[in-house]
Amino acid sequence: MSNATPASASHYPAATVKEKIERHTLSVLVDNEPGVLARVIGLFSGRGYNIDSLTVSETEHEKHLSRITIVTSGTPMVIEQIRHQLERLVQIRRVVDLTDSAMPGIERELAMVKVRGKGENRVEALRLADAFRARVIDAGTESFIFEITGASEKIESFINLMLPLGLVEVSRTGVVAISRGPEGM
Amino acid sequence: MTKEMTGAEMVIQALLDQGVEYIFGYPGGAVLPIYDAMFQQDKLKHILVRHEQGAVHAAEGYARTTGKVGCVLVTSGPGATNAVTGLTDALMDSIPLVCITGQVPTHLIGNDAFQECDTVGITRPCTKHNYLVKSVNDLPRVLHEAFHIAANGRPGPVVIDIPKDVQFATGTYLGPKAVPMKSYRPKVKGDLDKIKAAIDMLANAKRPIIYSGGGIINSGREASHLLREFARLTGFPVTSTLMGLGAYPAADPQWLGMLGMHGTYEANWTMHDCDVMLCIGARFDDRITGRIDAFSPGSRKIHVDIDASSINKNVKVDLGIVGDCAHVLEDMIRIWRAEARQPNKQALATWWKQIDKWRSRNSLAYRQSNETIKPQYAIERLYALTRDRDVYITTEVGQHQMWAAQFFKFEEPNRWMTSGGLGTMGYGLPASIGVQLAHPKSLVIDIAGEASVLMTMQEMSTAAQYRLPIKIFILNNQYMGMVRQWQELLHGGRYSESYTAALPDFVKLAEAYRGYGIRCDKPGDLDHAIKEMIDVDKPVIFDCMVDQAENCFPMIPSGKAHNEMLLGDVAGDIAKAIDERGKVLV
Ligand SMILES: Cc1ncc(C[n+]2csc(CCOP(=O)(O)OP(=O)(O)O)c2C)c(N)n1
Ligand SMILES: [Mg+2]
Repeated sequence: MSNATPASASHYPAATVKEKIERHTLSVLVDNEPGVLARVIGLFSGRGYNIDSLTVSETEHEKHLSRITIVTSGTPMVIEQIRHQLERLVQIRRVVDLTDSAMPGIERELAMVKVRGKGENRVEALRLADAFRARVIDAGTESFIFEITGASEKIESFINLMLPLGLVEVSRTGVVAISRGPEGM
Repeated sequence: MTKEMTGAEMVIQALLDQGVEYIFGYPGGAVLPIYDAMFQQDKLKHILVRHEQGAVHAAEGYARTTGKVGCVLVTSGPGATNAVTGLTDALMDSIPLVCITGQVPTHLIGNDAFQECDTVGITRPCTKHNYLVKSVNDLPRVLHEAFHIAANGRPGPVVIDIPKDVQFATGTYLGPKAVPMKSYRPKVKGDLDKIKAAIDMLANAKRPIIYSGGGIINSGREASHLLREFARLTGFPVTSTLMGLGAYPAADPQWLGMLGMHGTYEANWTMHDCDVMLCIGARFDDRITGRIDAFSPGSRKIHVDIDASSINKNVKVDLGIVGDCAHVLEDMIRIWRAEARQPNKQALATWWKQIDKWRSRNSLAYRQSNETIKPQYAIERLYALTRDRDVYITTEVGQHQMWAAQFFKFEEPNRWMTSGGLGTMGYGLPASIGVQLAHPKSLVIDIAGEASVLMTMQEMSTAAQYRLPIKIFILNNQYMGMVRQWQELLHGGRYSESYTAALPDFVKLAEAYRGYGIRCDKPGDLDHAIKEMIDVDKPVIFDCMVDQAENCFPMIPSGKAHNEMLLGDVAGDIAKAIDERGKVLV
């Protein structure tokens, strides 16, 4: 705070509208062409939006379509802006806000968790993995790699539990999401 | 039409098929094949500028005054980077451009080759869309798509980066009809239910205002006609942004003048006190709204814009309609008529009485002088003495730009070309070249500041080469006047680096460029000198020496509300105009 410019020293007013911050997941259908991801990321950095998570992969090879899932946070006005700004990009086909009640979505994330340990800790890690339905995908005498899928919160708690048991490192995919019900995007 | 040709020939053919008449450019190694193809035909005319920024501004001027897509051709590396300011300017002001940049051959891309730069990377945030064309087979599609994207929806600049080997390669050319546009189809018709709801709000308004902007100009001449018709139908007051001047005739009694930071007292107060606002083709820019939380606090707002992201970006509105201005206005007029709507005549009469009170403050008044030329007076005379001519005005950026907006009156769209969003000093001179090419017989004047005009002065050489009789009317206050004004009002009169010592002799400079120079420093000589300028059939630099200390009023300082406007000391009684908080600022 100490080095912040006092309001009166600037001609520009401090932000005056205060709204609460929400977390939203957007599903974005794009033409799978060079530069699409750069455009999306550039839009977020250029306009000061947050990216909490971003995943991208081709989903329909013949149609040349990829799907980007973005988890972002901002005021409702900013979230609406993000959606419209994305829609403005020429290579973007459709943007759906999966946090919006009109098209509620289901979210999953995959993580690979490497744990190193012996004796009691090893047993405990395996026991917890079982409770979380994490699979062992690599095992040695000193370490395990678990694969776990689920909502981000579940992965978060699993990682927290592994921490005292010898957590070495984690690799996460970021959130992928899809809308519930029979309709597609 | 399909035909075998080289990539370079495709570029020329596609431009011709898209109806391009002029291309503004500058050659270099990476575009030599295109220049070679151009040499072998005579339909597409090339205008050789003196700096690539000038090429882009010239194309902007041309586009803004004709409604067509402006075209630019520059080389790789420095050619492309020099174009960036112009591209950003066009993006901010929604000007349709196609800019072709040369690139090093594909096998050298990424190797830091001579005159290589990451053009698509650099221009991604300053274009509406851009392409790097890696195969000649993609080139026809990309060329036609670029025109489609530049001109449709909210217009903007599109860059096509073409490596030199792709220009040399041979492929099959396809005409515009043979390449379908895959995905970019902006919505032009507004939602009818929303338009009906808008009509309902407007018909019941007691204190309405129409706040229009550059979107009306972009939408085409029809939009201006429809705006006039709707205003006539309703009797509502009309104001406009800097970019929208000319869409509504300044001579009309319903016209309030420009709004915003240097807008009229009546326009800003009408915005502040209105109960229903129809914003059409404008975007609630900070130069318009002032302090957001004090912006038109009591009104319900309708916003019509072709760009959905403009709606609810800065100001939360009650009703957003996504669509093209002309289409939406047409529907509004039709529905108003079909439902035999009537405005609330009694309330409207009271509203107009109030507006007339604000008008009577005469907020543009200034103190006349017999000794020095007041800049406002110079523009008033320029306006008066050009009434019998077909006039187009471009400007640079600064006080002179605001005075031009305040004192030059526009009755028609596409006659006012200025850099609004980016505020690019150096825009006006090259822009006037583009405008003069589009209207060879008309009088094209760049209302300039002495500082701005030096930023692209070299384009005088272009004007001379093509015998374009543009008139550069410099309001020479020897200061970066707008900077000086802010320093006076907001930085305790510490004029840090805003005075330009050792300015060139503009008369001699004009002559050096094979043009004609005029200097005037007495109010009494002004009319004669302006007439002389108009009659010279050459590029002219008019060095109009004006009062160095004049400030541009009214002014809403950044971050202040509309009712905290500062007025000049000649306008109405200042004490009554500004509330207590505002007075502290004076
Ligand atoms: C390229 C660029 N650099 C800096 C600025 C900041 N700026 C805005 S107005 C202005 C002064 C312009 O002076 P002049 O052209 O003499 O016009 P005046 O205000 O005196 O009429 C400056 C430096 C700008 N708008 N554009
Ligand atoms: Mg000046």
